[in-house]
Amino acid sequence: MTAPATVAAEGPQTARRISSRRLILRRFGRNLPAVLGGGVIVLLIVAAVLGPHLVPWSYDAIDPGAYLQPPSGRHWFGTTQSGRDVLALTVHGLGKSLLIGFLVAAGSTGLAAVIGTSIAYIGGWYEKAMLWVVDLLLVIPSFFLVAIITSGSGESAWIWLVALLAGFGWMLSARVVRALTLTVKEREYILAARYMGVSTPRIIRRHILPNISSLLIVDATLNVGYAILAETGLSYFGFGVQSPDTSLGTLIAEGARSATTFPWIFLGPSAVLLALVLSVNAVGDGLRDALDPSSGSGGRA
Amino acid sequence: MIRYLVRRLANYAVLLFVAVSLTFVLASVRLDPYSVYSLRTPPVPAETIEGLMREYGLSHDVPLWQRYLTWLGDILFRWDWGTSPLGVSVNDEIAVRMWVSLRLVLLGSLLGIVVGVAVGAWTATRQYTVSDRVVTFLALLVISVPVFVLATVSTIVAIRINNATGVDIFEFTGETGSVGAYPGAALVDRLQHLFLPTVVLTLTGAASLSRIQRNLMLDALGSDYVRTARAKGLRRGRAIRRHALRTALVPTGTYVAFTVATLFVGSAYTERVFNFRGMGMYAVDAIGSQDVHGIVAVTAFSGVCVLTGALLSDLLVALLDPRVRLG
Repeated sequence: MTAPATVAAEGPQTARRISSRRLILRRFGRNLPAVLGGGVIVLLIVAAVLGPHLVPWSYDAIDPGAYLQPPSGRHWFGTTQSGRDVLALTVHGLGKSLLIGFLVAAGSTGLAAVIGTSIAYIGGWYEKAMLWVVDLLLVIPSFFLVAIITSGSGESAWIWLVALLAGFGWMLSARVVRALTLTVKEREYILAARYMGVSTPRIIRRHILPNISSLLIVDATLNVGYAILAETGLSYFGFGVQSPDTSLGTLIAEGARSATTFPWIFLGPSAVLLALVLSVNAVGDGLRDALDPSSGSGGRA
Repeated sequence: MIRYLVRRLANYAVLLFVAVSLTFVLASVRLDPYSVYSLRTPPVPAETIEGLMREYGLSHDVPLWQRYLTWLGDILFRWDWGTSPLGVSVNDEIAVRMWVSLRLVLLGSLLGIVVGVAVGAWTATRQYTVSDRVVTFLALLVISVPVFVLATVSTIVAIRINNATGVDIFEFTGETGSVGAYPGAALVDRLQHLFLPTVVLTLTGAASLSRIQRNLMLDALGSDYVRTARAKGLRRGRAIRRHALRTALVPTGTYVAFTVATLFVGSAYTERVFNFRGMGMYAVDAIGSQDVHGIVAVTAFSGVCVLTGALLSDLLVALLDPRVRLG
């Protein structure tokens, strides 16, 4: 930020224009929880990628004789019933959970963007039919359907999980996208583009989507959190990610069974999960405030 | 008004029918009721299994559409929702579990609503003070923790306290346990078992509701009519309660109507951790035990709950908000 003294000295003609990107970054930077959250997410991603090489134990290595050991210098998060290192398992599971979270968020926000804009722009019968599908998908208890499909699909279960969570996660955002598109689609520049003969997909891509991009960015961020919670929730019941595949959810489920006697197996992955979800939500809130021109929470621009 | 409701209801009924039928088809294709008998010792002869499956309407040799029609006919004409692969009636199972869920959900959600609304309204009047920030952080913390983690942590804390004091203050497995020999012991025992799950449900409900209520209340507090009321000499407390809170409660009511209905099945995590045999656990167990009819029945049940909630919130909006006109 420029100190007031220098502004006065150099006169008004040097008041630089700030690009909107810098403005958003600056507003985001003032939100301490969001910045901290962003830092934690980067740290967790680095841990998931590099962690397996840094942790002295491999996730499938067994330390003979060290069964159900509480946290110590040798095993920072303790060991499981079969003598596996909880820290190594957590890092390994974190990678799978992050992967699922980001893929689902990209998928469901992408679907919401494409379907939401197209039903508002095209309208007519297509709109009526799709809105009915949206209602139907909202009524279907997706949790059970995902559970039924993933429960018997072995190691490929996580791919099913990503597809289904994305397929059942776009409806509410699509409704918001549709409402926003309805307000945008009668603007002059879009009418002009239409009368110039620009094709519908191109108008949606070039003229409508950029207009609602801030909503989509926030939506995608928050969806990462929802997806990770859905994954851990399903895996907790033994659906979702299937053994021997490991995610934070399967680890928490394994630890919860003996949580009252050997809490460390449960507490390690749970703490990581909590840090991850809190950070994602903080970043989502920060982005919303930074991208919303009417928000006053970021202070003066 | 009546016409609007009837049209709404008919639309919901069609949605529900399609959703339940889809679940039936999917569950019949993906689940394998035969496998329930495959690990028995001594092994059950294949003909016996096939005979049982035919009797229960689960046989893979009968075409899917025929199984579907038999199942649908039983429901429509005899209100019989089928049997599990082991021959347990789905109707009986739900009749018991519904009340378990009701006891658990009713108390937890009522407390959650009261605490959530009170905390949300209170923090809104003290925006950006220390107490507001602390409560906001705690609420965000609870929202970010999955329920099963919160519930499990509460059992860990409870057992530490039990061990430290040497008395079983907290009970956390099942609905009832060892009953003492003093008058009213049965009731005390039940309340002991209800305590922790209720706390967990209250906390999770109150946390998300308080965030919503706080935002609504902030909007209401900044509005012109509250300022007018104050300018005309109304005391602050009265202006907040009668003018701000009352308007801010309308959207909360619709949100609550919707979420309470979904809680019936949504409390599965709490039921699992505290070993309550309610509707949520029934769904999870049904998938685990290849119970096609069971899972479809729970789906229908939760669908009815969601739609009741949606209808209730539509109605509430129409009744409470004078700006909404129904045609």
